[in-house]
Amino acid sequence: METNDYLKDLKEIKEMMSKSSQTLSLSGLSGVLAGLYALAGAGYADHLLQAYEVEDYSESRGVIGFPLDALSLQLMGLATVIVLASIVTGIVLSAKKAKKMGETLWNASSRRLLINFSIPLVTGGLLVLILLFKGYYELIAPIMLLFYGMGCVNASKFTFRDVRYLGLTQIVLGLMAAYFKDSDLLFWALGFGVCHVLYGAMMYVKYDRN
Amino acid sequence: MKSLLENINKAFDHRIRLGIMSVLMVNDRVDFTTLKELLGVTDGNLASHIKALETEAYIQVEKQFIGKKPNTRYLATTAGKTAFKNHIEALEKLIQKS
Repeated sequence: METNDYLKDLKEIKEMMSKSSQTLSLSGLSGVLAGLYALAGAGYADHLLQAYEVEDYSESRGVIGFPLDALSLQLMGLATVIVLASIVTGIVLSAKKAKKMGETLWNASSRRLLINFSIPLVTGGLLVLILLFKGYYELIAPIMLLFYGMGCVNASKFTFRDVRYLGLTQIVLGLMAAYFKDSDLLFWALGFGVCHVLYGAMMYVKYDRN
Repeated sequence: MKSLLENINKAFDHRIRLGIMSVLMVNDRVDFTTLKELLGVTDGNLASHIKALETEAYIQVEKQFIGKKPNTRYLATTAGKTAFKNHIEALEKLIQKS
């Protein structure tokens, strides 16, 4: 064997180690798009809130005995649309990237990525629903940021390191949204909008553009 | 040159065996299908290389049932991990020397 063969061996070892333990087909561009959906959504939510003339939506209450008024339902519908659009975009673009890299999107490491991401995320989602039905609106935005951030940190072991920093940023923003709760929509837009655009663009430049 | 080649392990002198060990170094337990997908090899080919590593006691086989379906998982033994680390170090030294 020549030196080139040894080099090739080492390269293959390294590639197989990362390929078998990490999902590298996560698309950066889908992060940018998800961020843009979130920003558009936050803009529309702000418009809705102003149309209803509630400066602080946490004080809005619906008809007696039923906490979910028209505004809450509209905001929930809006959030559902953003989440669904982001998930579909993420799957489509990551599948495309996986195909380009000659890999499958659905494999052992992406399954682990999804499971570890979902545990905090589903917990947070259920908590948000419980709070909505109980009529506690105050902490919904920070809870979304916090649990999403923890999902990212938890999932980051199985994909790019950047996802860890994205998660940590979301956690910090979540805590700030809880403290400055009058501007929680702003922090929500910063976290789900601006952060996704920034980190997505960074990942796109680092890993996708070739 | 002879002394440098000493630590090059013949058991790892094949792309597929190298691949199997790489996967098992970073993952606790991996089943047959996952290994097959990762390495892009046929059943028979993978089985024969697994057998070779098993004979060297570098990997360990774990058979269990998921429902009614048999599931075979593999893990690297401590001896296997040490041998593989030595092999990688030997490769690195060879590259540096030349």
